[in-house]
Amino acid sequence: MKAAVDTIAAGGMSARDTILLRVREALRLPAPMPHFKSLVPSGGSDIPSPHAGGSSSAGHAGLAILPLDVARPWLPDGGDTPESQLAILANNLEKLRAQMHRVADLSAAADFVLSLARTRDWHRVAYHGHALVEPLLAGVPCATYRVDGADAFDKSALEHCDAGITACDAIVAQTGSILVSSATSGGRALSILPHVHIVVATLDQIVSTLGDALHAAKHRGAGRMPSMLSFITGPSRTGDIERIPRLGAHGPKELILILVG
Amino acid sequence: MIAQDAQSPQWAKKKFLHDAKVHVQDTGHRTFVQKALGGYFLSRDAQKARYRDWEQARDAASLAKWSAVNRLDELLPLFVANFEANGGQVHWARDAEEARRIILDLVREAKAKAIIKSKCMTSEEIHLNAALEKDGYGVIESDLGEFIQQLRGEPPYHFVFPCMHVRREEISELFGKFLGTPPTNSPEELTMIARRHMRQLYVDADVGITGANFLVAETGQISITENEGNARLTAALPRVHISLSGIEKVVEHLDDLAVLLPMLATAGAGQQMTCYNTLYSGPRRDGECDGPDEMHLVLLDNSRTAILADPEQRDSLHCIRCGACLNVCPIFKNVGGFTYGTTYQGPIGSVITPHLRGLSDWNHLSAASSLCGACSDVCPVRIDIHHHLLHNRRNAARTVPNRWEKFGHQIFVIVASRPWLFAAGGAIFRHTLGMLKRLPVPLLRDWLATRTLPAAPRKSFRQQWRQAGKDSL
Repeated sequence: MKAAVDTIAAGGMSARDTILLRVREALRLPAPMPHFKSLVPSGGSDIPSPHAGGSSSAGHAGLAILPLDVARPWLPDGGDTPESQLAILANNLEKLRAQMHRVADLSAAADFVLSLARTRDWHRVAYHGHALVEPLLAGVPCATYRVDGADAFDKSALEHCDAGITACDAIVAQTGSILVSSATSGGRALSILPHVHIVVATLDQIVSTLGDALHAAKHRGAGRMPSMLSFITGPSRTGDIERIPRLGAHGPKELILILVG
Repeated sequence: MIAQDAQSPQWAKKKFLHDAKVHVQDTGHRTFVQKALGGYFLSRDAQKARYRDWEQARDAASLAKWSAVNRLDELLPLFVANFEANGGQVHWARDAEEARRIILDLVREAKAKAIIKSKCMTSEEIHLNAALEKDGYGVIESDLGEFIQQLRGEPPYHFVFPCMHVRREEISELFGKFLGTPPTNSPEELTMIARRHMRQLYVDADVGITGANFLVAETGQISITENEGNARLTAALPRVHISLSGIEKVVEHLDDLAVLLPMLATAGAGQQMTCYNTLYSGPRRDGECDGPDEMHLVLLDNSRTAILADPEQRDSLHCIRCGACLNVCPIFKNVGGFTYGTTYQGPIGSVITPHLRGLSDWNHLSAASSLCGACSDVCPVRIDIHHHLLHNRRNAARTVPNRWEKFGHQIFVIVASRPWLFAAGGAIFRHTLGMLKRLPVPLLRDWLATRTLPAAPRKSFRQQWRQAGKDSL
């Protein structure tokens, strides 16, 4: 079959058309749909199956039942109340060796940033324009560097900043992940290049699961997503040397989440 | 490191047998690699325990990949249309040579002076670095493990843990030699040396090359999973971002990642989530303050459609390259990663390499298996890996019949279907067992070189059975 396709391709067919033709030819023979015990509607079980009520037959008819648009009660728990979500989040962040600080309001958050800058003797802190971020820099005893100004920022200057402060899109309790994007977190580099990443967020930005965060991002983007969306789960790490985990490989060595509210 | 294909027949098999023998006897190496995996097993089990039902999660992950791979004809064009609508540029490559040419052209057009690269096994598959260097382009691997392997002049040992076989003392010496740093015994300090060395390189690079873990059809995004932040930096700072991906990485829905990302992390590295899971949909947008001006995606076939055309083994395209099957494989743990001589090592590599590089040269990998099924048991997307090794053996026997094996089976059929002949053969065998070692048959000699023959029983099974029957009366 491949030979036949390639004979056609030799007649000046583009790589795109050749590959798509090979794909179509390859898929002429159907592969059986996997059989899973857990996917058989189990009648009486509390756990909904991913395609309960759907056809179990193979082929394209059976595919229409996807995606698995259910609560996914088999994945790690993300909590179903704000209290349980916060508790799961705090536990996850602690295991990830990320820091979490709860403050009552933005002025308390600003005090916290001020004390960080002072005790660590920071020289320059990078940030972006955002209603949650800008108030935190009001009193810092060091230089500041805004990366989303009118002109392109200088990469070397950002690299020399001690910390980057950003807002975020959402916080996922289930995995302790912070969702940042190029639209709401000051572009791509601010949340990854400086040695310390400080995220400021409000309590209502906490969602239960990754699915919830992805769903919200898709709808917020309304067909045009930011060019980058990133789930940050703890400080940068590596296990490449003898499989011994170490923090601060290339990204921030410290991740500090300030939760307001 | 691995010499190319234009060699004597069965060179790959001969190399495998030779290297396997060397590694199996190197107990220091085996102990070191198994110790390095020890922490992985502990953290993987702890993370798996957080799933309310790991087996159902595997079903869901498997179904998401099955439904995408079996509709690649529909989803691949959908992905490309959405990716292009986001401002990205797509290039199609039928094979490794075409992919290298496309990337070289892009690098040339970008007038690249410095290229930074994050971990991408597909680029190892097409030997991209060698091609770039041959044309005079410097390229730096930014993932710590890949960087160490680049300095050592070796391919990755394990496709997820590239330098898991290297001791910290060797890394310290390597950094001393290439970066001029003082010796240290601390993994922490070694990590910091690489970090400091790499920082300015990200800033200076004008082209960044990455791989892709998933291509999301409905949104036209590519998803990249990493721990270190080097891929984030590679896709943030250079002016041009080039991503290289196999065509099989498509998933239909953004939502599929809610299952696949945590499972990749848990199965692959014993984490609840890998540190950075990033979705890219094209170059910098209006209103964004940074990001590349151009984003290119090279979509590679390179015989993936040959696997797709085999319904029996199509599910091996579900692979998300977590490496879990390597970590549990008794063969991998004994012969080590380099012995395979392939880009993708371990059980999944043994399944797909014969498709990617030819069954006649690479079928011996399918025999390097105890068929214990540990690989299939841990696969997060439920690929039937160990049965595919059997399928490969069957296919090889059909396409490249082994005359001696066939002859042996014919003799066996004659003997086994005649009880008197079977008894006579057994008697002869029992009395000559000790002489087997001395027979000049290479297969027997190799087999017995590392194994002790048991003493032959005086009576056959049938004689003993009859005796037992009498005794019990």
